[in-house]
Amino acid sequence: MSVNQFIVSSSPHIRSPISTAVIMRDVIFALLPASFAGVYFFGTHALAVIVTGVATAVISEAIIEKLTHRPVTVGDFSAAVTGLLLALTLPPDLPLWIVAVGAIVAIGLGKQVFGGLGHNPFNPALIGRAVLLASWPVAMTTWRWPITEAPWFGQDFDVLTSATPLAAMKLSGVKTPYLPLFFGSVAGSIGETSAVAILLGAAFLLLRGHITWRIPGFYILTVAILSILFGQDPVFHILAGGLLLGAFFMATDYVSTPVTPLGQAIFGIGCGVLTVLIRLYGGYPEGVCYSILIMDAATALIDRFTRPRRFGEVKHSA
Amino acid sequence: MIVRSRTFKGGVHVPHFKESTESRPIKSTRLPSTVVVSLHQHTGAPCEPLVRVGDQVKVGQKIGDSQAALTAPVHSPVSGKVVKIGPYLMSGGVERPAITIESDGLQEVADTVRPYGSLENLTRQDLINLIREAGIVGLGGAAFPTYFKLTPPPGKKFDTLIINGSECEPYLTADQRIMMERPEDAVLGARILMKATGVKQAFIAIEDSKPEAIAAMEKAVSKAKGIQVVPLMAKYPQGAEKQLIKVLLGREVPSGGLPVDVGAVVSNVGTAVAVANTLKTGMPLIERVVTVTGRPLKEPSNLLVKIGTKVSDLVNECGGFVREPAKVIVGGPMMGIAQFTLDIPVTKGVSGILFLDADETSLEEPGPCVRCGKCVENCPMRLLPLFISQYADAGRFDDAAAYGALDCIECGTCSFVCPSRRHLVQSIRLAKAEIVARRRKK
Ligand code: SF4
Ligand code: SF4
Repeated sequence: MSVNQFIVSSSPHIRSPISTAVIMRDVIFALLPASFAGVYFFGTHALAVIVTGVATAVISEAIIEKLTHRPVTVGDFSAAVTGLLLALTLPPDLPLWIVAVGAIVAIGLGKQVFGGLGHNPFNPALIGRAVLLASWPVAMTTWRWPITEAPWFGQDFDVLTSATPLAAMKLSGVKTPYLPLFFGSVAGSIGETSAVAILLGAAFLLLRGHITWRIPGFYILTVAILSILFGQDPVFHILAGGLLLGAFFMATDYVSTPVTPLGQAIFGIGCGVLTVLIRLYGGYPEGVCYSILIMDAATALIDRFTRPRRFGEVKHSA
Repeated sequence: MIVRSRTFKGGVHVPHFKESTESRPIKSTRLPSTVVVSLHQHTGAPCEPLVRVGDQVKVGQKIGDSQAALTAPVHSPVSGKVVKIGPYLMSGGVERPAITIESDGLQEVADTVRPYGSLENLTRQDLINLIREAGIVGLGGAAFPTYFKLTPPPGKKFDTLIINGSECEPYLTADQRIMMERPEDAVLGARILMKATGVKQAFIAIEDSKPEAIAAMEKAVSKAKGIQVVPLMAKYPQGAEKQLIKVLLGREVPSGGLPVDVGAVVSNVGTAVAVANTLKTGMPLIERVVTVTGRPLKEPSNLLVKIGTKVSDLVNECGGFVREPAKVIVGGPMMGIAQFTLDIPVTKGVSGILFLDADETSLEEPGPCVRCGKCVENCPMRLLPLFISQYADAGRFDDAAAYGALDCIECGTCSFVCPSRRHLVQSIRLAKAEIVARRRKK
């Protein structure tokens, strides 16, 4: 037994099997129910949107990293997650080239300009979506009935456009019943319509310990309470639009959200307040995307001022 | 006193890996042909040798001691001849002064070794003296001189003794076996330590993953007054002193403070048994139980080892290797120290020797912090490991200190859970050293 053959490294000598790639892979798994629901309700073009989003995100990450002579990190699945999340927030009929532009923007502008994984202050998928909404507002707000619902009309249902439940509420005060909202047979973004599919994926992430209940819990609770205070139906506001997808999958994005427990609570509450305000008073019927982006901007500050009381730390009276 | 909760906030469920040794009774090792007894195997000042090269020594004979306040004498574990006194490579690649003794195989006992009689006839000071003379230090790994711990600083008082049998490090089963095989001695040790500290209440804390140890200890304490066995949730680092005190007493040791600041004294169960052993036989601390384990070994075992036995001898006691070891760790996998060589002697603080093969030794490169918050969520000291380590890496040691670097107990939980494999404890440890060094300079 020669002397120098042992590996000498610092403790701990064992590591949890949960690597970043495992977490990202699990997030993809968790998004599968919502993805399937989207394809089920909106058909093959929705599938094409999802595939385009994921593929473009992964390819553009690889190309950008190659061009900038950095290690190619698509193996950590984070680009795939970004592409998938973006696709799920898009209208099912969006032209594929716009989807691709969105994915390139998400990776390029949302992530890589800041130095790649771990360094982006904003959720890249939401950056992609926000840019698309500003650039192609019509295409981005053209919705249609799910294919499962449309045949009643006896027409070429593919071209039937519809308001989303939130828009219907905001513009004409029409409230979509709970059941379609819950199962997802309503107009909306591909991955946002089916509450049950999203909750299934969210439960998986919670059980795996990849996310905690804090941000989504405070987010949803805040929306519910404020809805009541503003005389609105809280259940409708929770189920309609992108709230559930946003709360469980966007507002919990590791990189752009706070790491302190108190900070996470504040973040969730902030998102909830902004979402309700935008929904009720803003120019768009939906406020999830912007509220999360706005709170992302406050993350560093929130982390700084919400340091937990350390074990044994004696409180100083200020 | 009410036991409020059975676990603390933070920490992590690490795999136990205890199956290969937990049902193996403690085995006495063959007498080693030579032992290397370090003169500095405790926290505090090193000992001066009391023998010279060529001297004959007997078992239990004191061979090193010091006048310094914080120290613990060392004794010969064998009878034989002193062949060398000088620096020797120890755990972690540090050289320490040591006495090498060649055994004569006779194990003649020194005539200073005599039973101390019954606990009732000994005063508090007698007990503290005998614990010091026996060279007893914390056997859980910290190796802090026990007698020193037992004397509260002026103005402070103990009210509770905690016997730590939680053994939360994966792979290690020495304490578990001790509690299963020598529960009466553990209780006697607890009684001695209670008398030595003047406390009326003691808890024996054991993780609930060791039901046999709990049962044995419960039976043994049934006649003892004021001692209670408390099962705790099996979670790492359940055995950390501050976490134990919090769990059992609901008291938080203040930042920068000591257990005595909240009236508690914590002692490892192996230490308690060593104290009982000394009282009963007069024999100082010359051997301890060591778990020698890991996949590369033929027969992972719990061994009763003479202090100063080389690790290579322990490998032979375990039947040698069946596969190539890639890493040798003194201690457990969470806090232990990786070694360059097997040519190092066991010291009083060594609770385990762990071998890992290449498959078990992850050398993954750290990735960027993804701010997942897992290190924050699980830090038992409620620190923000990601920020402390970032500050440390950037040389911003004042910021690292402001974020509580000195409160880190180096348990390794943050590095364990980090999905990006970041070297969090490592950089926090460096920051601590730097902060302490800078404070000294001032
Ligand atoms: S920062 Fe220190 S105390 Fe906290 S988990 Fe890491 S090693 Fe343990
Ligand atoms: S566990 Fe690792 S990746 Fe997660 S926040 Fe801490 S340092 Fe960053």
